[in-house]
Amino acid sequence: MTERLTRFFGSRWGIILTGGVIGLLAALLQRFGNPPNMGICVACFERDIAGALGLHRAAVVQYIRPEIIAFVLGSMIAALIFKEFKSRLGSAPIVRFFLGILAMIGGLVFLGCPWRAILRLAGGDLNAILGLLGLILGISGGVYFLKNGYTLGRSRPAPAIAGWIMPLMMVSLLLLLIFAPQFSESGPIFFSESGPGSMAAPIVISLAAGLVIGFLAQRTRYCTMGSIRDVILMRDTHLISGVAAMLVVAFVMNLILGQVNVGFTSQPVAHSNHLWNFMGMVLAGLAFALAGGCPGRQLFLSGEGDGDAAIFVLGMIVGAGISHNFGLAGRPDTVVDGVLSVGGTSIYGQAAVILGIVFCIVLGFTAREQV
Amino acid sequence: MVQVDARGFSCPEPLIRTRNALQSLPAGDTLEIVVDTVTSRENVRRFLVGKGFTVEIEVLEDDFKILAHK
Repeated sequence: MTERLTRFFGSRWGIILTGGVIGLLAALLQRFGNPPNMGICVACFERDIAGALGLHRAAVVQYIRPEIIAFVLGSMIAALIFKEFKSRLGSAPIVRFFLGILAMIGGLVFLGCPWRAILRLAGGDLNAILGLLGLILGISGGVYFLKNGYTLGRSRPAPAIAGWIMPLMMVSLLLLLIFAPQFSESGPIFFSESGPGSMAAPIVISLAAGLVIGFLAQRTRYCTMGSIRDVILMRDTHLISGVAAMLVVAFVMNLILGQVNVGFTSQPVAHSNHLWNFMGMVLAGLAFALAGGCPGRQLFLSGEGDGDAAIFVLGMIVGAGISHNFGLAGRPDTVVDGVLSVGGTSIYGQAAVILGIVFCIVLGFTAREQV
Repeated sequence: MVQVDARGFSCPEPLIRTRNALQSLPAGDTLEIVVDTVTSRENVRRFLVGKGFTVEIEVLEDDFKILAHK
């Protein structure tokens, strides 16, 4: 039975089903209260968690997102059932941590991760096109380095406890979400009272959706970055057929739910600064490619016991704190007195993206197998 | 026989190493790749089957040995 299921999930229909389910659930989550033009955004949601914990103090984006928790736990459940949970780590962790920081910095300049880019496109937000173009360029860079011998080295089997840390962290976050303690007078756990952080589907719905996605994504190794990478690297369309399903189903659902708004300017939680939408995702794409997975995939891997993926996730969360504390994150378009003010990122954000890309290029050229 | 140890590498490195090994594989010879995750096993298997190879999988204690020949 498990053998037949494994074969189905490994098939093209398995990944198309997974992508379709993700598209469906993302549109529904938005309908049930998640931020508009978003539904699911792994980077934004990890940023919201960072905010809830006080790692940054941007009051409009502070909330422990159950989807992130459930992605890890859903993957963990799948891995345990199918006996694939394997505690392992050791592949240049400090580099992966830093790549996580950079991926988040890049993503937050665009105001999204590859998941959100696809979902924004499915909602008519044409800025996502710039983001996706940047993503493709960044991933192409990663492919170039991979083809020329780039590697962060092998991971090794690790003590069981190492693989359990991330699932346990996620359970702890869930408890913090549910019991909402306040640890000091003006301290965490924070819950946004306005802005995107205050927009959330009911916890139970978010958890259920996340668990289903985590389970399916673990079985099918669903990865948005990998889908583009595999097409460029070896013209393999397996993963991208799943991503295409996600886009199509999300678009159809958005049409049905009246969640489509076509255009560039004044899209919710987005800006129309074309250059920096593009550049932010160049950095994000490069960082995800060099780290071997999109932010969703890193969560699913960390649910399977992969400590290297876990450290990348922690890097993303810390990166969100850095991003907001240092004013690197993107600012949405605003309309003041009827006049559009295109958002974008500060000079610090721009510098961070450029420096991040430079770092990734140096890493890509220099990280080789240590014999 | 050309042997590739791809244990501990996450995608797409096992696939890249397999592809590189294929370039130096004499005709009729067997390619042996060892991986340590189901993901890598399935990626490599699909890739090799797509290239027209006959693929056998041997389950080792913690790993998988993939044997491919035409």
